[in-house]
Amino acid sequence: MATWKRTRGFWGSVILAFAFFAVVEWLIASGMLNIFYVNTLFFMAINVMLAASLHLIIGITGQFSIGHAGFFAVGAYASAIMTMKLQLPFAVGVLTAGVAAMLAGLIIGVPSLRLKGDYLAIATLGFGEIVRIALLNIDYVGGASGMTVTHMTTWPWVFACLLVTLLVIANFTNSTHGRACISIREDEIAADAMGINTTYYKVAAFVIGAFFAGIAGALYAHHFYIIQPSNFGFLKSFDILIFVVLGGLGSLSGSVIAAVLLTIVSTFLQNYPETRMIIYSLVLIFVMLYRPTGLMGTKELSSLWKWRKTEGGVNHGGKNTVA
Amino acid sequence: MAAKTPLLKAENVGIQFGGLKALSGATMELHQGELIGLIGPNGAGKTTLFNLLTGVYVPTEGRIMLGGETLNGLPPYKITRKGISRTFQNIRLFGELSVLDNVKVAYHAHARHSMLSSIFRLPSHFRGEQEMEEKAIEFLNIFQLDSVKHEKAKNLPYGQQRRLEIARALAAQPKVLLLDEPAAGMNPQETKELMKLIAFIREWFALTILLIEHDMSLVMGICERIYVLDHGQLIAEGTPEQVRSNPKVIEAYLGEEVS
Repeated sequence: MATWKRTRGFWGSVILAFAFFAVVEWLIASGMLNIFYVNTLFFMAINVMLAASLHLIIGITGQFSIGHAGFFAVGAYASAIMTMKLQLPFAVGVLTAGVAAMLAGLIIGVPSLRLKGDYLAIATLGFGEIVRIALLNIDYVGGASGMTVTHMTTWPWVFACLLVTLLVIANFTNSTHGRACISIREDEIAADAMGINTTYYKVAAFVIGAFFAGIAGALYAHHFYIIQPSNFGFLKSFDILIFVVLGGLGSLSGSVIAAVLLTIVSTFLQNYPETRMIIYSLVLIFVMLYRPTGLMGTKELSSLWKWRKTEGGVNHGGKNTVA
Repeated sequence: MAAKTPLLKAENVGIQFGGLKALSGATMELHQGELIGLIGPNGAGKTTLFNLLTGVYVPTEGRIMLGGETLNGLPPYKITRKGISRTFQNIRLFGELSVLDNVKVAYHAHARHSMLSSIFRLPSHFRGEQEMEEKAIEFLNIFQLDSVKHEKAKNLPYGQQRRLEIARALAAQPKVLLLDEPAAGMNPQETKELMKLIAFIREWFALTILLIEHDMSLVMGICERIYVLDHGQLIAEGTPEQVRSNPKVIEAYLGEEVS
C-alpha cells in the first residue's frame, strides 16, 4: 500500500496522459484535426522533448550548454541514414538516433565538462557548429541540399517518445541521482566535498539529455520530409535555450509550458512573416521583465496543487496534460 | 588514550602557488578519538591545510595518509568516501535544496540503488530512498533541525545553517571531521552550545575532529592538543598550556593584527 500511495500521483498522470493520447488519436483518425494542427502538435512535442532534455543539463545540473541543436542534428541524421540508406525500420532509426546522440554527448561531454560557465558555453556552441559544418561537407548525407526522408512519424510514436522522455527525466530528477546533480548546480565544491562524483553526474546528465535530443531529432527528420544542416544551426540551439530559461531554470514543467506556448506563438506568427521575429522577441522581453525567474521559477506544476502535502511521491503530475 | 598508529597523518605537507609558498613542511598526527585544534593568525594557511587534507588542492610536497593509505592526488569525493568530511568557513550549503535534501546529498555515496533503478522506479529505488530519508531525519534530530526539514537551506537563520553544515558533513559518515571555524559569527551563548554539541557528536559517533578556530579561549577549552600555524609553517604543537606559554606563539599573535 505504501508503494501505491507513493506512486498515486504518477499513475494519475499516466492515465491522464493516455486519455489525452486517445482523444488526439481519435481526432486525427476521424479527420477532425486538420493537417496544420497535427503539424503544430508534432512540432510542439518535439520542442517539449528538446526543452526537457536541455532542462536536465542546464536547469538541474547547472551546466550551461548551448550546443543542443548539435545532438538534435546527430539524432536526425543518424535515424535518416538508418531508414533511408540502410532501409531499416523506423524503430531502429529512433533508437540509433538516441544512441548516436548519446555517444556524441559522451565524446563532447568528457573533455568539455571540465570547463565552467562561459567557457563551457563556448565549447558546446563550438560543438554545435562543428556538427553543422561536418554535415554540410559530407556528401553521403547530401551536403548542403540535405537528405529527403520518408514521412514515418505518427502520433503514437510522438506520444510514446514524449512520455518516455518526461518520465525518465522526472524520475531521474526525483531521486538521489537527481539531487546529486542539483547539488552540483548549487555548489560544486561542496558537492565534491560531500562525496558526489561531480564529473560522473555532469557527464550522466549530459548524456541523458543528448539521448532524448537525438530521439527528438529522429521524430523531426521523419516528419518534415527533408533535413538540411541549416535547420540545426546555433539559432536552433538558442530556441531550445529560450524554452528552458523562459520556463524557469530548474523547473521541468516550466520548460514544457514554455516550449508549448512559444511553439504556439511562433506558429501563429507565421501569418505575419515581416514582423514575426520582432513580436517574438518582444514576447521574450516582456516575460523576462515581469517574470525574471521564468514562468515557473524553480517550482513544478505539481507543487501548485500538492502544496498541502509536504511529502510527494513522483513529482510529475500534469506534465503530460499540457503537452 | 592515543592509539599506536595515527588515524590521519600529514608528513611534511606543503603547497606552492606559483612563487608563493602557502604552506610548507606541515607535519601533524591525529589519533583515533582526538579533538585537535588548529589555530593561527589570518592568512597563516589553516584553510589551505584543510584544502590539502580534503583533496581540493594537491600537495606539491609531502604526503597525507589516512590509516596507512596515501591520499595524495585523490579527488575530493574519493577522500570523503574514505572517511574525511568537512565544513566550510563561508557556509556552502545547497541553498535551493531543502534541509532534508542537503543531508540526503551527503548520504548519497552510501546509497545502494542505481541510476537505472531510479529511472524505472524499481522496488530497490523506493527502499533506498526510504532508508536515506530515515537516516537523514536521524541526523536532523540530533541537530534539532527536524522542525525545519522542508525549508530551503538558504532561508534558515545563520546559526541553523552552521548546524546544518555539520549535520551534512556527518551524514557522509566520516572517520575524521574537519571543522573550519564552526563558531564564526556566533555570539558567546551560541558558541557555548556549539561546543557542547561538538563534544557530544564526538562521543556519539566516535569521531576524530580537527577544528580551526580563531577564538583562542574556546580552542583552549575543549581541545586536547593544538597546532599553531603562522606564515605557512607549523610553529608549535602541544597541550593548551604548552601552546599558551610558547614564546613563538605569543610572538605570532602579538606581532599580527587582531584576528
